[in-house]
Amino acid sequence: MSEHNQHIQLSDESVAKQTTTLNLGPTHPATHGVFENILEIDGEKVLSAKQTVGYIHRAFEKIAERRPYYQITPLTDRLNYCSAPINNMGWHMTIEKLLGLKLPKRVEYMRVLIMELSRISDHLICNSVVAVDTGALTGFTYVFQWRELIYEIYEEICGSRLTTNMGRVGGFERNFSDVAWQKINKFIEGFPKVMKEFEDLFTRNRIFMDRCIGAGPINAERALNYGFTGPNLRAAGVDYDLRVAEPYSSYEDFDFKIPTGTIGDVYDRYLVRNVEIWESLSIVKQAVQKIAEIEKADPAQKNIFYAPESDKYHFPPKEDVYTKMEALIYHFKMVMGEIAVPPGEIYHAVEGANGEVGYYLISDGGRTPYRLHFRRPCFIYYQAFPEMIKGGLLSDAIIALSSLNVIAGELDA
Amino acid sequence: MALTNEIVKNRLTEQFGDQLTGWEEPYGMLTCTMPAGINLKVLQFLFDDEQLRFRFLTDLTGVHYPGRPGEELCVVYHVHNMVDGVRMRLKAYVPLEKPDVFSATQLYSAANWMERETYDFFGVNFVGHPDLRRILNVDEMEHFPMRKEFPMEDPTRTDKDDEMFGRGGIV
Amino acid sequence: MGRPVQYNTNVKLAEMPEGYSGEGFMATSFDKIIGMARKNSLWPLPFATSCCGIEFMATMGANYDLARFGSERMGFTPRQCDVLLVAGTIAKKMGPVLRQVYLQMAEPRWVVAIGACASSGGIFDSYSVLQGIDQVIPVDVYVSGCPPRPEAILEGVMKIQELVNNESLRRRNSDHYKALLESYGIQ
Repeated sequence: MSEHNQHIQLSDESVAKQTTTLNLGPTHPATHGVFENILEIDGEKVLSAKQTVGYIHRAFEKIAERRPYYQITPLTDRLNYCSAPINNMGWHMTIEKLLGLKLPKRVEYMRVLIMELSRISDHLICNSVVAVDTGALTGFTYVFQWRELIYEIYEEICGSRLTTNMGRVGGFERNFSDVAWQKINKFIEGFPKVMKEFEDLFTRNRIFMDRCIGAGPINAERALNYGFTGPNLRAAGVDYDLRVAEPYSSYEDFDFKIPTGTIGDVYDRYLVRNVEIWESLSIVKQAVQKIAEIEKADPAQKNIFYAPESDKYHFPPKEDVYTKMEALIYHFKMVMGEIAVPPGEIYHAVEGANGEVGYYLISDGGRTPYRLHFRRPCFIYYQAFPEMIKGGLLSDAIIALSSLNVIAGELDA
Repeated sequence: MALTNEIVKNRLTEQFGDQLTGWEEPYGMLTCTMPAGINLKVLQFLFDDEQLRFRFLTDLTGVHYPGRPGEELCVVYHVHNMVDGVRMRLKAYVPLEKPDVFSATQLYSAANWMERETYDFFGVNFVGHPDLRRILNVDEMEHFPMRKEFPMEDPTRTDKDDEMFGRGGIV
Repeated sequence: MGRPVQYNTNVKLAEMPEGYSGEGFMATSFDKIIGMARKNSLWPLPFATSCCGIEFMATMGANYDLARFGSERMGFTPRQCDVLLVAGTIAKKMGPVLRQVYLQMAEPRWVVAIGACASSGGIFDSYSVLQGIDQVIPVDVYVSGCPPRPEAILEGVMKIQELVNNESLRRRNSDHYKALLESYGIQ
């Protein structure tokens, strides 16, 4: 032993085992977010992992107790920021359920359209990042151009790209502009070709398959026990999807398939997400068609973008605010959060891009929620990570993490 | 035969009698209150029973009611029967001085972090939890931040002038 | 059969610094030439934690292409990087980690705080969030927005380039700079 090594203390155990402790995270470039895993590795083989989370804990739930209802929408944006509109819509639906509001079909279809677009964008990030972690950057830069188009659509609708703050209680803040519809149509036309190419690049790529098949598997029983939902649960073979199990926002009117995998490894998750992108695209198409049908049957419907009975919860048009007294008063009351919400206790869940996004809301009739708890799918299923990577290679652990699509903002709340 | 809230309620009453109280159905979700001492038994029964099959823990969280002496903290479980598509909410109230409930980690692996989170936020002591320590906040933290008496903002911070930001006094 | 070759004629070369030039030589000061070289080959270290990180990914993507400004290579090791791009909320739990990363960087180093959270805590005025990263490390450029658009991030990088270009080589030895680091407890 050379002299400078002598002061390094090694316990007999670790010398005998010859294992290495590797600190993966919290700022490791391969983790795509702030996750800390202290891995015990033997060569390339992962023996155990110890997780630490909370590196971007932002106290959403505490803040939500101090904010009027409409100010909570921006908070939901920042949970899963890859698919912010789904969270927004889920939150609005929770309040609508509490109020007992029924939305016009056109508004519900518009919501479905937006939610499916954001599902596509979320899955695109996840799958292209899996590809990046297997060593192929091309897919990532290629599909990102189309994610930009989705962002442009959001921007047309609500003025913001990523953290959208989209929609209001009872519908949308404004109608979709013509440019938005043009961009949606452009997306529907152009995206299949790109997606096809993306799939051609990876799905049957020998290197990609060798890397992904069998990496980070979890079986259905364990997945359910760990509280998996969404694509990760479906990849394990459980065909559970809230859009079908408990349809919200008129999902029952749409025709789509729920893909499932078999062994819940990285490749299964990748395939499930890919098929879901296609299904989402089909739902977007159906939604556009259904909205067109509604408008054809009754042209007056074109201007319906929120539930008429939700007037009380909906900002009056800006022109009226500047010119009419009542509108100004309403606007003021709403901004100050003086619009009361009835007391009640409610749990509403939507199928987020990662799984079941739930809102457990206790309202005491005040201007802020008494308690608001977000059921964040990432937080719940990320605890299964050590079990999934145990015995696998270190490189498998990296792609298993990216294919789980754990979003740090959602994980740490 | 589809599993309805009525059947669930009857099965549970058969098994536990009047120990379960506060039956409600807000917005279609069956809700009841169980004594903290038998929470695990109820969950186990819901899990094992061939008819009920509530085998999925959707959510576990806490609520703080400072105005209710003796039952300040409430642990809320949302369980789900995925086969029949039925959800149920169970509550267990515990006093602030002795916030002990039994841990459900043996039943659901998912409960592990959810219980740690509830401990972190509210200080609920889950008896039998394998590793009950803070999860989201720093280990050195001394209070349980989600309890109502604690402010949202960091009380020690000096960087933002409260008057300029319209804060201080009222919450 | 080869493809027809197309030459990009739109390449914009960096401007020659002021100096004395004659046939076959050019004399200028070190400050200028090193500033110019550094400016156009910054190695950013993305410290992306949340939402702004996704916008930063878009900035690196094909549409906005940060590589145009000489920042092609994302370095993921602090030791080799020049610019620390902090994108996203920094919680108090993360603060020491950020500081550690900053300390590991070699001089000269610059810091950009991307987004409202990194600059001031943003909408998260809560017990667990650091109210601006300038509480733990010195910051050169703040980019506003929640999250900022890619264009804004690009502008932030360009502002850093300006700083880099005009910075005196001796600045890092100055008393002022030492006092600044001292105020953060960095030796």
